[in-house]
Amino acid sequence: MPSIAGLFFMSEKIKKINVSKPLVLDCKKTVKDFSLAYETYGSLNKNKDNAILIFHALTGDQFVSGTNPITKKDGWWVTAVGPGKAIDTNKYFVICANVIGGCMGSWGPKEIDKNTNEAYGLNFPVITIKDMVKSQETLLDHLGIDKLLCATGGSMGGMQTLQFCATFPNKTFSAVPIACSTNHSAQNIALNELARQAIMADPVWDNGKYLKKNIQPKNGLAVARMVGHISYLSEKGMQEKFGRKLQEKADYEFSFDADFQVESYLRHQGFAFVQRFDANSILYITRAMDYFDLSRQFKGGLVEAFENQTTKFLIISFSSDWLYTTKENKDTVIALNSAGADVSFAEIKTDKGHDSFLVNEPEFLKTLKGFIDSMHVKFKNEKK
Amino acid sequence: MKKEFRVIADLLPRNIRVLDVGCGDGSLMSHLIKEKNIEVRGLEIVEENVKKCIYKGLSVIEGNAETELHQFPTKSFDFVILSQTLQAFYNPEKVLKDLLRIGKSVIISIPNFGYWKVRTSLLIFGKMPVTKTLPNSWYNTPNLHMCTIKDFFDFCIEKKININKVVGVNEESTSEIKKSNLEIKNLFSKVGIFLLK
Repeated sequence: MPSIAGLFFMSEKIKKINVSKPLVLDCKKTVKDFSLAYETYGSLNKNKDNAILIFHALTGDQFVSGTNPITKKDGWWVTAVGPGKAIDTNKYFVICANVIGGCMGSWGPKEIDKNTNEAYGLNFPVITIKDMVKSQETLLDHLGIDKLLCATGGSMGGMQTLQFCATFPNKTFSAVPIACSTNHSAQNIALNELARQAIMADPVWDNGKYLKKNIQPKNGLAVARMVGHISYLSEKGMQEKFGRKLQEKADYEFSFDADFQVESYLRHQGFAFVQRFDANSILYITRAMDYFDLSRQFKGGLVEAFENQTTKFLIISFSSDWLYTTKENKDTVIALNSAGADVSFAEIKTDKGHDSFLVNEPEFLKTLKGFIDSMHVKFKNEKK
Repeated sequence: MKKEFRVIADLLPRNIRVLDVGCGDGSLMSHLIKEKNIEVRGLEIVEENVKKCIYKGLSVIEGNAETELHQFPTKSFDFVILSQTLQAFYNPEKVLKDLLRIGKSVIISIPNFGYWKVRTSLLIFGKMPVTKTLPNSWYNTPNLHMCTIKDFFDFCIEKKININKVVGVNEESTSEIKKSNLEIKNLFSKVGIFLLK
């Protein structure tokens, strides 16, 4: 497994475009000539009616399917995307870009600032979900795609999906925002703040300048990841998976080692994460999520955001998700309905919590497949 | 397709916007798109049916009409359809009010408790009726507020709801119901279909 510094040398495995068109960020800064890393799966057909843009979540990257060439692990959405999968790459051309602010090759806080010849660290501008989406739209131009068959993603990927539809109306025939909301709730902001505070409380973090010393605030970043992992599971799911089971021992050790399996699980997740993720990226991306509020962007509220849309939406929520509840997802449905948009909604009944979209959840995968396949038939007819 | 659906489809003009409340597996929606080029949305409570609609490419929202009709803006559809479900709501009057708010017109069908087979079951055998249209027993029926065509007719008049047309459906035929033939149609129709404005 490469260290985070090692990621700098893996660039031959990462496809990139240079975004030369000036991009005005929400923080009012204008940027241009920055890199956007991406990956594609399958091939674009002659009619260009099979392109699907996937937006990744907080800790994801462009490697949706197959084996991630950097971490050597499965792509983050290998359960849903690949040959013969719900999003079948034998049939569809799948595109995914690493968000700006991320750390898998796109312009982010660990990249070198040409003005100072050092990693940006906290000199990186605060970016938003809208900035992420605007930069990814340039990738579609590069790939020669006028209109997508579908845009989709879960969690922060779902927020990007909603933002994409609001910012670029009718640029996609259909959209599936999964387990997300049109604005970040107080609870979600609080959890993100907990993650940020954990990182910033690590002395190694050093105001974001740790990269100069080629080290990572591992302890803080691991705690931040643990917070995330708790929030991705449901209470019931966690109880069923771990209960009070002890980790390879018969009795308590009367110490602060990981006696319980759930502790061991969290420590493992935290440790694995620091091998592949940049701490400053967590600060920037969680900030972007917290700032997300579609109705604030559109003066007339959510109706304004989705007016005059021909895009066909499918909102999917998970019954045990307490991070982005069914109620929040339904609020999105109500907003789309009020705007007269074409919207479907399904709640998947599961104990797997927010993580449901990433794991093998058959009912979810069947619904996703059924929707995208039927949309493809309709999109083909429209293109005729 | 069910005869009732054919009657409902015949009541609808082409190229309009329709909301099908309790759309089931979407068979009526598919028919309306194909035959009448109607832009149709569904609301359905049963998860399995919601998925069937999604697989067919139909627009459907999983939800409960009793509590979730408020999400649809006023007069946002030309027609709202409610097929044989009104009697299953806790508060049918409130649901009906919402339907009339959302749609410029409303089509409601009701299983007729005044149908002769239902009446004889109760009168001759002294038992709650179990028929094709009312297939459940008293202890597991979802129907909380059964009524007859005549009941619903009177209800509309009392509530000042404008009845545009009523059609009675049984195995053999469909026929228009008017005030003049209400008694006899109330005896021989299995289902009553009301077009309200």
